[in-house]
Amino acid sequence: MSNSDHTQGSLQLTDLSKYFGEFCAVNKVSLEIQKGEFLTLLGPSGSGKTTLLMMIAGFVDITSGDIALDGTTIVDIPAEKRNFGMVFQGYALFPHMTVRDNIGYALSVRKRPAKEITERVDEMLELVQLQDFANRKPNQLSGGQQQRVALARALCFAPPVLLLDEPLGALDKKLRVEVQQQLKDIHKHVGTTFIYVTHDQEEALSMSDRIVIMRDGAIEQVGSPYDLYEHPATEFSASFLGKSNFLRRPDGLYALRPEKIDIRAAGNGGEPARLTGAIKSITYFGSMQRIIVSIPDGDELEVDIDSWRNQDPLHEGQQVDMLWQDIAAVKLAEG
Amino acid sequence: MNAIRKKINPGWILVAPFLLLVVALYLGPIMNILWLSVTDPEPGLSNYQKLYQSDTMARIIWTTFRICVVTTIFSVFLGYWIAYAMVHCHQQQKNYMLAFLLVSFWISILVRTFSWLMLLGRKGLVNDALGGIGVISEPIAFMRNELGVLIGMVHYMVPYAVLPLLVNMQSLDMRVMNASRNLGATGTQTFWRVYLPLTTPGLVSSTLLVFILSLGFYVTPAVLGGGKVLMIAEYISVQLLVTLKWGTAAMLAALMLLGVLAMLYIMSQFMKLSTVFGGSSS
Ligand SMILES: Nc1ncnc2c1ncn2[C@@H]1O[C@H](COP(=O)(O)OP(=O)(O)O)[C@@H](O)[C@H]1O
Ligand SMILES: [Mg+2]
Repeated sequence: MSNSDHTQGSLQLTDLSKYFGEFCAVNKVSLEIQKGEFLTLLGPSGSGKTTLLMMIAGFVDITSGDIALDGTTIVDIPAEKRNFGMVFQGYALFPHMTVRDNIGYALSVRKRPAKEITERVDEMLELVQLQDFANRKPNQLSGGQQQRVALARALCFAPPVLLLDEPLGALDKKLRVEVQQQLKDIHKHVGTTFIYVTHDQEEALSMSDRIVIMRDGAIEQVGSPYDLYEHPATEFSASFLGKSNFLRRPDGLYALRPEKIDIRAAGNGGEPARLTGAIKSITYFGSMQRIIVSIPDGDELEVDIDSWRNQDPLHEGQQVDMLWQDIAAVKLAEG
Repeated sequence: MNAIRKKINPGWILVAPFLLLVVALYLGPIMNILWLSVTDPEPGLSNYQKLYQSDTMARIIWTTFRICVVTTIFSVFLGYWIAYAMVHCHQQQKNYMLAFLLVSFWISILVRTFSWLMLLGRKGLVNDALGGIGVISEPIAFMRNELGVLIGMVHYMVPYAVLPLLVNMQSLDMRVMNASRNLGATGTQTFWRVYLPLTTPGLVSSTLLVFILSLGFYVTPAVLGGGKVLMIAEYISVQLLVTLKWGTAAMLAALMLLGVLAMLYIMSQFMKLSTVFGGSSS
């Protein structure tokens, strides 16, 4: 498809801050975003993700810092001239227009010839598989279809950067997984830079080239999904992205993922145990089981094991040994 | 018995006496008027024939219609402006504006009408001031003509025009307007292509409300028109109190009722449309 002008699409954020009065919603964010990248902003509600996205889109004035597109500052360019596509939280479709008019809006306000608009809208309808819905109004569509209209509308004018604010937030779990795959395919297809906001860690892990973990308006950690999962730098990162046990040792705090722990009935010989404890509860999830073990100092450890490996079933109250490899425990920075 | 009791909400028993009273007090007189319009002075449609036989009648209806249309246009335009400002300014300014709006509801129409006379009459403040500084030699005739009636009516109607628009504008999702800008539309384009269509339901109800209320205006045309601008309501009162032609009065009242019902029907059609517009983005 003849989409984005591929010479454009890298973004540089430098020391970007936003204050609402005294309240700091975005705090000194610096970030290099490659063109064509799928970058996810992940953080709990209220961590400033939407505000940061709105600053990039030009709807929220920046308090200090700089935003540059391909090295050229854009902070003085008004929202309507920035040419960034955006999928809003809740989609914000035009309720009085048909799907076709919604998608063609960006071209129509640019006064492009009708023929070009029709062709381009047809192309977009095909991309999001909504050919049969072109003449419906948004309120005659399901949530998933509305989401696709919003996506098509934002991509129609081939923006160099697409901003997405929790686009799947309103969808149910099953649909969400399906749409995640479609979104990834579309991203690959159009080659536009995607900046994607979510508070869903699974979504972030499965879709992104890189994830930015945000906390209280500041960047906590940036990296590929693999990096962040395997090498969380802080307690917040380790617990927000995936689950984690925390072990205090003389030389500091360590994060230990539940699935990296081996568990066996106590005193079975073999390798010496790193920790022993008593099983407090076992929860069955089909493919895996979550075992909570009470350890002597009063803490609890969560251990995830594949169900098929638990042939000689462990039971509540049983004494168990736990083992793991050295690299499984990751040392965290403490602030 | 029990089955009936289950079907009828007990709340109805509480309100039933009042409901009956209201129905009796409203429907009774209305029926009476409709009855009078075809029976007084003699049975038949002679009253209605006057509509196209009498020049006076045609003139009065035309004047009423014209004044109502012009009043509605100005009131709704100003109301749209004010409502827009109220929705898009800071909270504190909004509170002030709302207070002013409500105050104008509280002041009696008589007071408001006579204060216009004080301001714009031949010996009013404005003419005195202009004459005093020598801008004009003759007082400008603001009052005792159609202009005076229009000024007074628009002034009275603007708050009514504002309210439906305010409700409509406040319920809009501003992200939709942001989306329009984000897609490259200028402020003007966003207004014409998104904001105005989405406030059409408010515009329609505001227009009809003002128009319907204007139809029955009595005090303002009587005082500010100085007897030269005769509208239906005043004419009805003359028929009732002076010439005692109750049949004619009843016919005109029935005509107005019909007009209002027609308006309400149109309005209900638009309201259905507005529900089609709403509830979309969730
Ligand atoms: N216009 C505003 N005025 C004041 N505070 C705001 C405004 N917009 C957002 N905030 C605050 O900034 C913080 C970050 O909000 P937001 O960016 O929406 O977070 P997120 O999208 O990560 O949930 C929140 O605490 C929110 O209350
Ligand atoms: Mg948000």
